[in-house]
Amino acid sequence: MEPWVKDYIWVIVLLPLIGAAFNGLVGFKLDKKVVSWVGCGTVGAAFAIGMVAFFSLLQLSPQHRHLTNHLYTWISVGKLKADAAFLVDPLSAIMILVVTGVGLVIHVYSVGYMAHDKSYWRFFSHLNLFIFFMLLLVLGDNLFLFFVGWEGVGLCSYLLIGFWYTEKYNAVCGMKAFIVNRIGDFGFIIGIFILFWAMAGRGVWTLNFMELQENAHLLADVKLWGVGVATLATLFFFVGAAGKSAQIPLYVWLPDAMAGPTPVSALIHAATMVTAGVYMIGRLNFLYLMAPATLTVVAVGGAATAILAASIGTVQNDIKRVLAYSTISQLGYMFMAMGVAAFSAGIFHLMTHAFFKALLFLGAGSVIHAMSDKKDMREMGGVRKRMPVTFWTFLVATLAITGIPGFAGFFSKDEILWMAASTPNPIFENLPSLLWIVGFLVAGLTAFYMFRLMFMTFFGECRADEHTKSHIHESPRAMTVPLVVLALFSVLGGYFGVPAILGGSNRIHNFLAPVFGGGGAGHALSPGVTLVSTAAKEGAAAVQGSHGLEVTLMVFSVIVVLAGIFVANFMYRKHPDYPARLADRFQRVYRAVLNKYYVDEFYHIVFTATLLRINAALAWFDDKVIDGIVNGVGWITRRFSSVNGVFDNLVIDGMVNGLAESTISAGGRLRKIQSGRIQTYLYYVLGGILIIVMIRLVV
Amino acid sequence: MMSHILTLMTFIPLAGAVAILCVPRDKHELIKRVGVIATAIPLALAVLLYINFDRTTHQFQFVEHYKWIEAINIEYFMGVDGLSVIMVLLNALLCFICIFASWGVNKGVKGYFALFLLLDTGMMGVFAALDFFLFYIFWEVMLLPMYFLIGIWGGPRREYAAIKFFLYTLLGSVLMLLAMLYLYFTNDHTFDMTRLIAAGSGVGMDFRTILVWLAFFVAFAIKVPVFPFHTWLPDAHVEAPTAISVILAGILLKMGAYAILRINFSMLPLVTGHFSYFLAVLGLINIIYGALVAMAQKDLKKLVAYSSISHMGFVLLGISVFTKQGINGAVLQMFNHGTITAMLFLMVGVIYDRAHHREIDGFGGLAQQMPAFTGISCFAFFAALGLPGLSSFISEVLVLIGAFNVYRLITILAVSGVVITAAYCLWTVQRLFLGPLNPKYATLPDINRREMFTMLPLAAIVVILGVYPMPVLDMIDVSLSHIIEGLSPSPFAAGLAMLIP
Repeated sequence: MEPWVKDYIWVIVLLPLIGAAFNGLVGFKLDKKVVSWVGCGTVGAAFAIGMVAFFSLLQLSPQHRHLTNHLYTWISVGKLKADAAFLVDPLSAIMILVVTGVGLVIHVYSVGYMAHDKSYWRFFSHLNLFIFFMLLLVLGDNLFLFFVGWEGVGLCSYLLIGFWYTEKYNAVCGMKAFIVNRIGDFGFIIGIFILFWAMAGRGVWTLNFMELQENAHLLADVKLWGVGVATLATLFFFVGAAGKSAQIPLYVWLPDAMAGPTPVSALIHAATMVTAGVYMIGRLNFLYLMAPATLTVVAVGGAATAILAASIGTVQNDIKRVLAYSTISQLGYMFMAMGVAAFSAGIFHLMTHAFFKALLFLGAGSVIHAMSDKKDMREMGGVRKRMPVTFWTFLVATLAITGIPGFAGFFSKDEILWMAASTPNPIFENLPSLLWIVGFLVAGLTAFYMFRLMFMTFFGECRADEHTKSHIHESPRAMTVPLVVLALFSVLGGYFGVPAILGGSNRIHNFLAPVFGGGGAGHALSPGVTLVSTAAKEGAAAVQGSHGLEVTLMVFSVIVVLAGIFVANFMYRKHPDYPARLADRFQRVYRAVLNKYYVDEFYHIVFTATLLRINAALAWFDDKVIDGIVNGVGWITRRFSSVNGVFDNLVIDGMVNGLAESTISAGGRLRKIQSGRIQTYLYYVLGGILIIVMIRLVV
Repeated sequence: MMSHILTLMTFIPLAGAVAILCVPRDKHELIKRVGVIATAIPLALAVLLYINFDRTTHQFQFVEHYKWIEAINIEYFMGVDGLSVIMVLLNALLCFICIFASWGVNKGVKGYFALFLLLDTGMMGVFAALDFFLFYIFWEVMLLPMYFLIGIWGGPRREYAAIKFFLYTLLGSVLMLLAMLYLYFTNDHTFDMTRLIAAGSGVGMDFRTILVWLAFFVAFAIKVPVFPFHTWLPDAHVEAPTAISVILAGILLKMGAYAILRINFSMLPLVTGHFSYFLAVLGLINIIYGALVAMAQKDLKKLVAYSSISHMGFVLLGISVFTKQGINGAVLQMFNHGTITAMLFLMVGVIYDRAHHREIDGFGGLAQQMPAFTGISCFAFFAALGLPGLSSFISEVLVLIGAFNVYRLITILAVSGVVITAAYCLWTVQRLFLGPLNPKYATLPDINRREMFTMLPLAAIVVILGVYPMPVLDMIDVSLSHIIEGLSPSPFAAGLAMLIP
């Protein structure tokens, strides 16, 4: 029997939209209390229904865990059809809970954080709108609807980064985010076109996920430009993912996105929107599995991004920027997982990351709030004593992200490292070891920069001025309660996916198995085996036999994490003068890393400045050349008609008097072409008609 | 009434114009009211037409057919198919809205509104005429009022702009006339468009038919405008009063595309097949070139004008491939562009009325001073950049998905246009509305009710068609399918596509 909630899935999506519309249209007239109740209430209600949907799904047998709520036919042209329909399956169910759950917590936090903002209503309206689009993205049952959500969250990101728009800097950061995302979307939409074209060529006119999955095998030998379409389409989709999820080469917008209010950074730029790219690969896993080349690109791209961002994160001084680079780096981990076809490991890390990274941002927000909006860690220090709740919860999140055993990040990250190390790659034989080494180093770097952040912010002496110092206080309830809730999940979240080797049953894998192929529980333990058919068999053996490896790897990564913490402790607590000396000694390297390897500058010169120059050149071309030709033709006509007039005067005049006279006067009038005698031209038109008609009648 | 609905819609504005001529010149209020009535009735009729139209057939409906000048077989022949109904509806809507947008006109009120209504008649007639000669007359009728409306009520360089507009269009008219006469003489002396269309499939490919096709195409391309015939547009737009800019971009440009479909496509289908690739390339140039040049503009109105060139490129690209998705997307894009660009020009008008200049860099931070105006303007810009959920997204995606089936590289290049569009739209929003408020404008009043009234209906349409585009798609599908029936890119065009994909 189909659960009743199936026909009410649309309500989950619609509720936040209602909240957004209500607060956006009448919120400015209302009391802040009403605005907050509407804002939080709609998301809370959506969360509740999401819960119902989730548990209804659990009641069903695994292979029947998909509910489609069809609303209406959205677009239908010829054989192209896209419905307004929502799909709840294990993958989207987890995402609903993450989006609305973390979303709700952050909404509540915002009630405290934004309490004194005069555009309070606008903030909640945009935040609700974001939840709406994010749910559309997660629940859309076809690529078009998915894409609406995909760009919609980009819009909200733009609006919220530039929320305090009176500062030009914030507005510019918002713009940068949207445009870089558009570049990604450019790739994404081309991916849709390629897929649609290839499918249509095989007689299947659809963009519906379920139908695509059923028919994906038809694409096995379809090629475009000499490349398999599955590879080509997934590569283009990955361009989109690189934009949305801040991967190389499109990651540059995310650090600047920190210009937005901190709850926004937590919700959009850490927990939910930036993970959309990971979700997309999970959603289209059946296509990615057909494209080992793309998977390799995804894995390598993820690993490169992870280490690049982590290295930049080690020297940043703005607390939010450290967290931003940390997010990019962690997203790199997720892509690494997706790239080795360990989809459920990627989604698992997505979930735990949503908890602890949101917590980190909210904690940072709490500190920033207390420090009179200062974000530079060099002006912080020692706030631990004045802000106990913030400190302890922040510590939990830090332990979770660094991967201390027992905390959420440990389970999800180590699973990724294990999968990366044990999934053979058909293209590069040494890729698994390479991926693992990078992941291993990133784990060390993560521990280092996170504890550097801890020590600089919460330990030692406070380096702020007296005025700021005297204002440091613990945040209000509305802010601390969300911190505690998220701290709880940063610990418990990991226990959904305790691996078999540690005596767990890896529930999240089993739950996601119907989406990510396999189906059987034993198979689900090692989703990596489906990577490539030829490699699969050896891979299966390798993975099955690699549980010993799993434990070894765990031990290694715990060691590197402890080493990272130790170095951070040494440099930022024991010998606070040491970092400066080190930076002095390796000035060049330090500068390069501090300035993010000058990638922004490079992009500016190569792309932005060039584009502006092309624009100016074309505008000149349009004005001078094309319009010049037009005006030139006008000038020549004028000349010609006056010459004509003279010719008439000297030669023809006297011969055909009447005709000549009219020509002269016409010539004279033509000379005044710029003075606007329209009648003249009407005469010409009329004359022309008459002449032609006469010619035809005669001939 | 239904049997004469097209005549009524076409000539009620003219009757309004005559009525205005009888009103004393200083009774401004009365003149404007006549204007409202003379555009409101056609709008109501257009809605009736929309409701009563039979969507299941491509046949022309609401036909009125009378002999007119028998000596040369000219008839009074009106009728609409799905394509025309949508255009007629757009025209009726925008004309009604533009009467309100013209409320602030205070110089030569009588002449202005009379000419405006005459213009309305001309445009309505173009979309409803089924006799080629009648079509031509309406086409010319629309020209004169436009010339005067720009030349008298325009900005500082109005005369230059008006003449340029006129000469360009006149060139087009002459070409159209010649080509039309060719068809007349080769088809038993008939101007009956339905017969010309029926005979179309028999018109072969030779030197003369190619010339005729090109003559028609240039005539209509000037209106669209297709690169390189576009330079009249920025000048005309910048100098024209707000409402006239709206009409120019909203309706006149559509007439070009409408005529290409009605005449080039339907009457010379075989030749059209050979020009498929050519159309696609021109569409691509329009999209990219228009967007790039728009980004360099310093004058807000010029920026919007160039954005029109870019957006009309999607129409060309969409019709170039003769696929259902492509052509439906193209016509939907015509409608959507009509509503969205109208909002953009109305927005420019609002700000120009207050600040008396349009220099983009001269503003900044207006969001604080004019929040409601900022909201609706940003909405318009996001609609222009094709935000999913709004109407233009659907039309652009349909065009691209249709075009991708035939010309892949061109389509991919065209998609890059949406990135540039996003860049110039957001950059404009940022320079106008965000950042610190320019103290010069600390006293600007926000958008007033009348101005809001001109923009809100358009905004509603943009949202509705984004969420549910079927009201338009249902309307046009059958008629457009009929137009592209039997049309296909010729081996010649396909060969070109192989060489330069």
